[in-house]
Amino acid sequence: MVATHTHDATGATEATSDAITNAERQAPSRTLPPAKKLRVATASLAGCFGCHMSLLDIDERLIDLIELVDFDRTPITDIKHLGDCDLGIIEGGVANAENVEVLRGFRRHCRILVALGACAVNGGIPAMRNGFALSECLEEAFIDGIGLYNRGIPNDPELPLLLSQVHPIHEIVKVDYCLPGCPPSGDAIWAFLTALLQGRPIALSDKQLHYD
Amino acid sequence: MAIVEGRFRLDGVEIPFQPGQTIMDAALAAAVYIPHLCHHPALLPHGSCRVCVVRVNGREVSSCTTPATAGLEVESETEALRALRVAILQMLFVEGNHVCPACERTGACELQAVAYHCGMLEPHFTHFFPRRELDASHPDLVLDLNRCILCERCVRASRDLDRKRVFAVAGRGLDSHLIVDSPTGRLGDSRLELTDQAAHICPVGAILLRQRAGDVGERHGFRVPIGERPYDRESISRVGDVATLVEES
Repeated sequence: MVATHTHDATGATEATSDAITNAERQAPSRTLPPAKKLRVATASLAGCFGCHMSLLDIDERLIDLIELVDFDRTPITDIKHLGDCDLGIIEGGVANAENVEVLRGFRRHCRILVALGACAVNGGIPAMRNGFALSECLEEAFIDGIGLYNRGIPNDPELPLLLSQVHPIHEIVKVDYCLPGCPPSGDAIWAFLTALLQGRPIALSDKQLHYD
Repeated sequence: MAIVEGRFRLDGVEIPFQPGQTIMDAALAAAVYIPHLCHHPALLPHGSCRVCVVRVNGREVSSCTTPATAGLEVESETEALRALRVAILQMLFVEGNHVCPACERTGACELQAVAYHCGMLEPHFTHFFPRRELDASHPDLVLDLNRCILCERCVRASRDLDRKRVFAVAGRGLDSHLIVDSPTGRLGDSRLELTDQAAHICPVGAILLRQRAGDVGERHGFRVPIGERPYDRESISRVGDVATLVEES
């Protein structure tokens, strides 16, 4: 494997031949065939769309990305139904029944599934409600909160039912890769995506690996 | 009697040591970083977090509690030990409620910084999501047990440096938790003061300093933006206590 985890500058822990490499950390378990345009889908579950905004932060490199991929279901295309894809990217954790359904659909249709950002990776901010009973959260939000009128917990049958806890996506389906960050920077997403799409080992620099 | 200095090898590099030093002491003195959390140079070794695991003569040992002896062959930055450390860190993360984006200590948190150093990308295990107490009764400090990793740095600092014994760990196994010596069990009723070393030694965001408008110095909290905090700028292997010790000597 190529040495890739570059602890930049003075190199007290510069990756050496037998030392730590991100390549070994996330050796591509399934490699993608090159040349053909790859089909990519994305979705935001219990997230804030910040990771999708960060994807847009790759700026003009979006044009390069379009050379490599076609988008299937994403908030960018507004396609509602998921087709077979090479790569699925999930932002956000799993907080309700619809999240579970969407996530399982992504796992069925995507050869490679990526958890993008803190919420997908470990539940993130929405999972902070796990320290309270669901009834406490609903009562605080819809009954006891200050300045509410028409108090009452919404019960329209079209609303997806909330789960008792928010879960990271790896607790529901198998996840192939995780990219942490709240959100991961545009640079981290670009480094991650280009390496993955070109079948190279994934390498994140010190500046690109963070949890906040 | 003259002090006899010995040498051992850490990842192939000769490290000098004085009698009585541990592998960790000698490595820190030589400005060589071994990942660690419960170890603090000012405190007695504790050996509880196991993040400083190294391989010595074919066995994994904690470098903060293993005495340095002449001629040892110590491995630290290998893939096998990195994987072991990541597994330990993952267990620490899933056992508590470590929500980095919502924590004031983010970017200055040693748990997070060591996880960055070791390349931890995901929690791997099922999150435990425990329900733990937050004690905001103290005028200068907040104790948030959601983030406590039971390293006992505050326990040792309060006992050995401040001579107050404000903190202890009670319970066993999953019930292990930090307790406060006060009539009510609350931090506000304890003898802990802002000037105590125990108030400043937490490696994570479990003991935080309260802020008020106009506070200066260490009580800066969110005034240093995320992205510009110590371990955002540099790896803990270069700016942690390993660097401070070299500056002092």
